Amino acid sequence: MSVIRTEKLVKTYVTGTTEVHALRGVDLNVEPGEFVAIMGTSGSGKSTLMNLLGCLDTATSGSYEIDGVSVEGLDRNQLADLRNQKIGFVFQGFNLLPRTSALENVELPMLYDRRGRKRDTRALAAAALERVGLGDRLEHQPSELSGGQQQRVAIARALVTEPALILADEPTGNLDTHTSIEVMALFQELNEQGITVILVTHEPDIAAYAKRIVEVRDGRIRRDGPVRNRRAASADLLVAEEEVA
Amino acid sequence: MKTKTLVKLATQSIQKNKMRAALTMLGIIIGVAAVLVMVGVGYGARSRIRQQINSLGTNMIVITPGATQQGGVSQGAQAFPNLSLADVEKIRGESQLVTAISPVIVSRTVVIGGSGNWRTQINGVDVDYQTIRDWPTSSGDFFSEDDVRANRRVAVLGNTVAQNLFPGEDPVGAEIQIRSAIFSVVGVLAPKGQTASGSDSDDVVLMPHTTASQTLSGRSFLPQILASTANENDIPAAQEEIATLLREAHGADDFTVRNQSDLASAAESSTRVMTLLLAAIASISLLVGGIGIMNIMLVSVTERTREIGIRMAIGARGSDVLTQFLVESVVMGVLGGLIGLAVGFTGAKILGHFTGWETVISPLMMLVAVGFSGAVGVFFGYYPARKAAALNPIQALRYE
Repeated sequence: MSVIRTEKLVKTYVTGTTEVHALRGVDLNVEPGEFVAIMGTSGSGKSTLMNLLGCLDTATSGSYEIDGVSVEGLDRNQLADLRNQKIGFVFQGFNLLPRTSALENVELPMLYDRRGRKRDTRALAAAALERVGLGDRLEHQPSELSGGQQQRVAIARALVTEPALILADEPTGNLDTHTSIEVMALFQELNEQGITVILVTHEPDIAAYAKRIVEVRDGRIRRDGPVRNRRAASADLLVAEEEVA
Repeated sequence: MKTKTLVKLATQSIQKNKMRAALTMLGIIIGVAAVLVMVGVGYGARSRIRQQINSLGTNMIVITPGATQQGGVSQGAQAFPNLSLADVEKIRGESQLVTAISPVIVSRTVVIGGSGNWRTQINGVDVDYQTIRDWPTSSGDFFSEDDVRANRRVAVLGNTVAQNLFPGEDPVGAEIQIRSAIFSVVGVLAPKGQTASGSDSDDVVLMPHTTASQTLSGRSFLPQILASTANENDIPAAQEEIATLLREAHGADDFTVRNQSDLASAAESSTRVMTLLLAAIASISLLVGGIGIMNIMLVSVTERTREIGIRMAIGARGSDVLTQFLVESVVMGVLGGLIGLAVGFTGAKILGHFTGWETVISPLMMLVAVGFSGAVGVFFGYYPARKAAALNPIQALRYE
């Protein structure tokens, strides 16, 4: 079963009398364990695609199935539940709740889980933070953490619900090069462990850490293929450290 | 989300903006406190009036002339001199339920006593008057039936009169002069305090009605007859009986028979209206407080648009966001209500202390006050909360 399967996905925005065709028919299939980078310039439609894939918005036409669940005709509440159960979001601006500890930030998605499972949400949140290497920062608030650390908290928050995929929107956009590579190393590590990752970026350097690149232009997929010279972030980190030394 | 989590979330968010929350709650605090003080004072006034009316005498029936409907026109009380001693005797002789009855002949005049003179009310009454008014003597005795029969010039002084005419001494056995007649004081009544209308019920001199009509009024009609029953439950039946007897004697409904509870309910209903009015004015401030909550919640929703977007992205439903903001405004309302309760309670106590009124704040009223401020929170928090819940997650996430 595919994690993501779209067919002729179309999104048209209507403002007044003008129609903007953001997506003009996208067919995309993502299997479990893939690491896909969606690339494109601004205005290419990649943000729209990411909103649709993230169940934040619904398509004008076409079909979309996430983890075997068809999104067609779902209402706001059902979309919210899908986001909660199937998708882990990582944003460019981290989007953590201010004045709220790392632990509580990571705990948050579990509090919105309506499946009524009895779980120790605290312990699960702590374990997720441990997994991203922030086991010693549980009680820190976002303002007390560096950008890289904040993004790790956000990744822990995305991981904690064990989603079908992690959807990262320009996750390195607000980070310096070194921290960016660190975050990509984390994504690669998680992908090694079997987690499906979709990365939206406009930077070829960052996309090179993925396994497959999907290029979007003018609302259509222009190129879809494996990464030829795939880079290993952990190796790049070692190189960078040697350069500093 | 669990209720516990929601309340925790709301209190956290209030704590993050202490000053703002405090100012917002101030509106509710003032509103609740004002309502409580007003209602407390109103209840105090009512219970005071009830006390005073009860102090007039238990099981008392008041018969006055006139005040009947004649051809649709209500005649004023005492318009007709048609109650007489014969009526008193008839009721005394024929009524099954009336156990005590006394005419009351009222006049105001100057009484001259040991240390000067004192203008006061003279009531010519029968021996039963003491039973009807339930009024013991603090010194000496009430006059006797014999005194009444023999038109003796004896008087029983009210406490105020005794203190003014004979300060610091026991007037029993002393003599007072009323008009040109000399009376000997046989007793002093125990103090009774104010009447319902605020006059001093101890400012009175009692004497046999026979003596009073002879020496003071010279008139044969009675302005008032008082009666009482052995049991409070007999009062309505006794009233009916008296009315039947008087109708028989007069051939017309030219009299009024009332009891104490009629008086009490009349007085109480007027204070109830007053209390309602005061509470209504005070609750306007509660309304203003509610608008304050709405205002701040609207600001808060705008400020936290991004937070709402994050919550929605990770799976919060609209109803989750709605509940979160609603709980926040309810917590503010209830918290303000509780503080207002404390302030109002203290305020009512202080007011009661200075006015000497007994202010009453019942547990039910406290519950209503806090419950109502919670309801204000729901009512005025709903619109901002709904606004938050209706946000589009994509736009909310992009909001700077």
